Amino acid sequence: MSTLTSLARAMAAASGTAQPACTVRHVHLSPRPLVFIPLALAGEANAPLAALVGDDPGAPNLLVVPEPRDRDLRFAFAADLAAVVLRYTASYCADQEPTGGRDPGLRYADAPQLLVPNPGGIAFTRLLGRSTRFRRAEGPYAVAESVPVLGRWLTFFADRTESPASSLMLAATDALSAHWATGQSPAEDRNLAVLLGWIDPPPGMSGAQAAALAEDPLRSPPTGPATDPTFDNEVLDQRILAVRTARLTGGGRAYQRAEAALTDALATQLTPTWTLMWRAAELLRGLPEAAHVRRRWDADKDAFTWHAGHIREGGPPQPRRDGAVSAAGRLANTERVQEMVAAQRAFDDPLVMAEYRMTGEAFAGRVAAAEPDRVDATGRRRVLRPRVTVETGDAVLAEPGATLTSPARPSQKARVIAVTEANGRTRVLLELQGGMGRALTPEPGSVPAIGEPVCYAAFGDGYQPPPAFPASEDTPWTHGGPPPRYVPADEDAREDWS
Amino acid sequence: MTSAAELAEQATATILGGLAGARRGLVVDSPPGAGKSTLVVRAAARLTDAGEPVMVVAQTNEQVDDLTDRLAAERPRLAIGRLAGIEYTPAQRVVRHQHVTLSTRLADLAGCPVVLSTAHKWATVRGAPAWPWAIVDEAYQMRSDLLLRVAGLFDRALFVGDPGQLDPFSAVQTERWAGLSWDPMQSAVAVLLRHNPDMPVYTLPVSWRLPASAAPVVSEAFYPFTGFRSATGPGERRVAFSTSPFGRNALDVTLETAASSGWALYELPARHTVRTDGEAVAACAALAARIVQRGAVTHSPERAVAGVPDAGTRIAVGTAHRDQAQAIRAVLRAGGLPGVTVDTANRLQGREFDIVVVLHPLSGRRDATAFHLEAGRLCVLTTRHRHACIVVARAGVPELLDAHPSTEPVHLNVPVKFPDGWAANQSLLAHLSQYKVRAA
Amino acid sequence: MTGPEARLARLRGRSLPRSHNARTIAALASNPGCARRAILDAAGADKQRLAAYAGFPAPFGQSRFALARGNAFEAQVKAEGAAQLLTLLRTHLNLPIPEAHYDDLGEVGGNASLDLRHARTRTLLARAAASQDEAGTMFDHPLLRLEVGGRHAFLEPDLVAFRLHGRFHVIEIKSFAVIDGQADGDKVAAAAIQSAVYVLALRDALAEQHIPPEAVSHETILVCPENFSNRPVAVSLDVRKQLTVLRRQLSRMARIADLLDLLPPDLTFDLDPDRDGVPRRRPAELAAAIRQVEARYAPECLSTCEMCFFCRDEARGCTAALGRDAREELGGVEHVQTVLRLAGRIDRPAPGTDLAEAAALLRQAARLRAEALREAV
Repeated sequence: MSTLTSLARAMAAASGTAQPACTVRHVHLSPRPLVFIPLALAGEANAPLAALVGDDPGAPNLLVVPEPRDRDLRFAFAADLAAVVLRYTASYCADQEPTGGRDPGLRYADAPQLLVPNPGGIAFTRLLGRSTRFRRAEGPYAVAESVPVLGRWLTFFADRTESPASSLMLAATDALSAHWATGQSPAEDRNLAVLLGWIDPPPGMSGAQAAALAEDPLRSPPTGPATDPTFDNEVLDQRILAVRTARLTGGGRAYQRAEAALTDALATQLTPTWTLMWRAAELLRGLPEAAHVRRRWDADKDAFTWHAGHIREGGPPQPRRDGAVSAAGRLANTERVQEMVAAQRAFDDPLVMAEYRMTGEAFAGRVAAAEPDRVDATGRRRVLRPRVTVETGDAVLAEPGATLTSPARPSQKARVIAVTEANGRTRVLLELQGGMGRALTPEPGSVPAIGEPVCYAAFGDGYQPPPAFPASEDTPWTHGGPPPRYVPADEDAREDWS
Repeated sequence: MTSAAELAEQATATILGGLAGARRGLVVDSPPGAGKSTLVVRAAARLTDAGEPVMVVAQTNEQVDDLTDRLAAERPRLAIGRLAGIEYTPAQRVVRHQHVTLSTRLADLAGCPVVLSTAHKWATVRGAPAWPWAIVDEAYQMRSDLLLRVAGLFDRALFVGDPGQLDPFSAVQTERWAGLSWDPMQSAVAVLLRHNPDMPVYTLPVSWRLPASAAPVVSEAFYPFTGFRSATGPGERRVAFSTSPFGRNALDVTLETAASSGWALYELPARHTVRTDGEAVAACAALAARIVQRGAVTHSPERAVAGVPDAGTRIAVGTAHRDQAQAIRAVLRAGGLPGVTVDTANRLQGREFDIVVVLHPLSGRRDATAFHLEAGRLCVLTTRHRHACIVVARAGVPELLDAHPSTEPVHLNVPVKFPDGWAANQSLLAHLSQYKVRAA
Repeated sequence: MTGPEARLARLRGRSLPRSHNARTIAALASNPGCARRAILDAAGADKQRLAAYAGFPAPFGQSRFALARGNAFEAQVKAEGAAQLLTLLRTHLNLPIPEAHYDDLGEVGGNASLDLRHARTRTLLARAAASQDEAGTMFDHPLLRLEVGGRHAFLEPDLVAFRLHGRFHVIEIKSFAVIDGQADGDKVAAAAIQSAVYVLALRDALAEQHIPPEAVSHETILVCPENFSNRPVAVSLDVRKQLTVLRRQLSRMARIADLLDLLPPDLTFDLDPDRDGVPRRRPAELAAAIRQVEARYAPECLSTCEMCFFCRDEARGCTAALGRDAREELGGVEHVQTVLRLAGRIDRPAPGTDLAEAAALLRQAARLRAEALREAV
């Protein structure tokens, strides 16, 4: 948390209403996302209990595992879930569009988007993907063909959440908290019902009041994957017992009744969250989209296109753990992307840029003096190097020699020549390069004019090429040497799911 | 003093002797000021003497240039290659050597038995035949993913570094690789040793920088398993003042405490403050200025002539945060002392001064965070000095440590790292409290 | 320590002291700066009951399914003389155990008091420590004891202390899964510090027979289900750091008298039950009594302490409630109202005063925020 976000929380606490933390929406929101609300059985390693899933707010699919410890019923659940998820992803594999950039090609014109209530939902998805993607459709431990495919897709979505640039999968609490500051702590924000209470209270009530009401698990059941322990002990336990008993004593009508009772009970825990999820989506959709979101979503579409092709060609499932080269590559990539996204968010959103102005990594002010036609004749060629002096009341950490960028002119570089302080104000002399056309006089508007408000930051949103890594088979001895090649084994398919 | 030199020479001889028979190489733990660069230079010379081409990997251009300069001084006729990136500005201390060749392409340096460059530049080299030997400097500060990118260039390597200083850093927060033996967020040495547990690890046993007053304290707090001693004995590194104070004010008492015992803790009243705590900033600046005003003179047996500290070359102020450094710099500039070095721990790594003033990372805080507790940070700040170290802190740090909750997650298969930041802070503070001077 | 002991008893009132177990001892490290928690724990008060009676029932509960699963896994691992566990230790940890004995220390025959069982445990373990026998032995149901705040806490771990090459290794059986070598970091942290409690207690038990602490290894063994199955897997945990933390916190507990001296002498949390056990004390009075002991609320309390809702309510309007770093980031200012008054220039502290620097920081933040929101429109 920073001073600015803490101040926003303080303001929210005092006023009883959530305060904006961003002025634009920095994530992509699909016109047709797939909402997925899983419930897991307490005490087990990610044993599915039930789920609500669907891309139409009026048509939720309720899937239930009547005997959560029965392996066959679990895989039946997985197959049912696969039917919904795979139909959904396939619906994005029709329309294509050309890709721009260096290697022109084709990609799908849009990509799917998975929405879960909270980070626990992402963890559940990751683990469900892990427990299903190594299964096989033939052999002694056969499962439905769709199950391992589901596993690979779920793993794909969960892995994408690790990239700060990706919106393929979002946790509603994370997405909302990034855009609104509540008057409570970030830990409490992880309860979707309470968070929505702050952000979107019902009429006649403050955000704080709505949030306090939403904390009662009887009014708002937990949004999962964990269930409410009281619900487990007072309701779930008996209903599952009833199902088990009915099975043992022959099934038939008794079994159907017991199963229906169980389903009804689970529905009471899931349906309210379904409503919350679609409300969350609408709230986010109501924010104007940040300028760079489109570019980041294009990258998501590329990733989706690639993965769909990989699955179509029968490619291997994602490995259990990253190898040395893969891990190093991922880290380097995530760092680059994180820097890029941070810069893009600041460039798109003055409230985000304000954070950097607080620390001195960016400053905003007005142009106090300008030499737009200044030419540097010291080198071999004469080059256009205008100079401007910016006067600001912000802190300035930049030192002479540093290169800065302005959101208004992102392709122009500004080199700090001098920083002088007087009477609490700071004057920064900058030399500009690029973004002015090819002539020795700048194109109109390409150099900031006297009196113009400007902002300069110590970071740019430019593309940095990824560093090169050796191939996996060339993993050096320092990192354990080349890893053994992956051979799908019987153990993978046989792995216990008990 | 002779025995310290002998100790160090023995250790160095063992290390250099170990090069010949090494299977994959060796690791050398080098406490602060233990002669790491000297070892690197001597090892490079030893290897080239034996006809083995060597590639030297350092982390920054500054470090590469220092090593190049020193190697050229040690072996004036050796053809030394300095591989550089396109943005590199040639340093005077490199180009002045006749036999040093500077180039951005490895092919141009084909005739050089030893080539030095930064890890990032080495990582761009393709298709070169493997070097029989590499020397990797600051290997504990290097992240293992960077090692992955250069390790294919060499067969064997000497890894040298200081295990007590700042760990490599990443802005990425993830547990994805926790527990993996090749976790890219771990240091190069940590990963290297997990895959090569038989690789010998040596220690340089003597610090040439730290005075006798500091070595045992630092050794216990930050190097709990290996330990080291100072080269000089008690009382051999001295600070004297040319002028006497007018009264007995807290600043002067602090200076005198530091001069006589090598340490001082200047304690401000307990308060919870903003990071750029005005009083603490002023105190750090005032102490640095007072050292100059009192005409501090340092005496050490190694220097025949007593050196007068120049404001700027021999006094430094160290902080945890950039804005704190900037604030202190501003006060010093206003007071006409722009030359005193003021910087963060990150940027003070590898540098050395006579007297160092430290703004304690936990001063004025209500809660400690992992960043502020990090042992490496405190270690860097308290190991820059040859003569004395003055720590500035508000009262209340021991209470803060006591109240600190221990609720960090624990990951499986991750070797536990010592020293623990919390324990190191306790240890250092317990020692410093003996030399406490309360601000007036 | 009869003085503080009597004081603590008076605070607790007529209810029986809640006995400590490894989990509660481990929790001492979770918010050491909170005097309220320290006093309530030292007095052995039932925090859950007090919080509920004062009108703020804790949000914690345990699901029957989780309990059943935990018990079933433990029973499975320890079945038949801990056969599964033995195989595990042999294969996964490469321990060469030619033969292992299984010793159930719980069998004392007849009705034995805790002290007696503890004495028997101490004797048998010391005898094992002194013997030259190289074979490993598993000791089930040892009864250990640790001094906590002047009282003895009896610890009956579900663990099995195992002796190999002359050293005891504490074993903890937990039912959270280890998947591809990774497990939930918070759960492992809890298991690590609980194991450390047992290590300390075991060292204490042996120390009474003059056996050095090194006889109990700082490497404990964690046994968990592997991946998604019921098969157990064993992992080593180095608990040296946890031991340092625990020793320090236990020694602070021993200085509880300092905290007690600050309290009014007649303070009590007694519920004043009538003959049928129905409390007669007014809840508002109890709440007032609790408030006499200062708390140090942080949002982290919501997942670790039964008093959390009580203390959170008390902390309403404080910056500490907004997040662990919030107060720090807001210049150390304690109250939300003060933050806003400083940020909005309603309060203007004189230069050099405590709040002056915080005010400058907050004014700058407010200015930047207002400018940004204007620009966006």
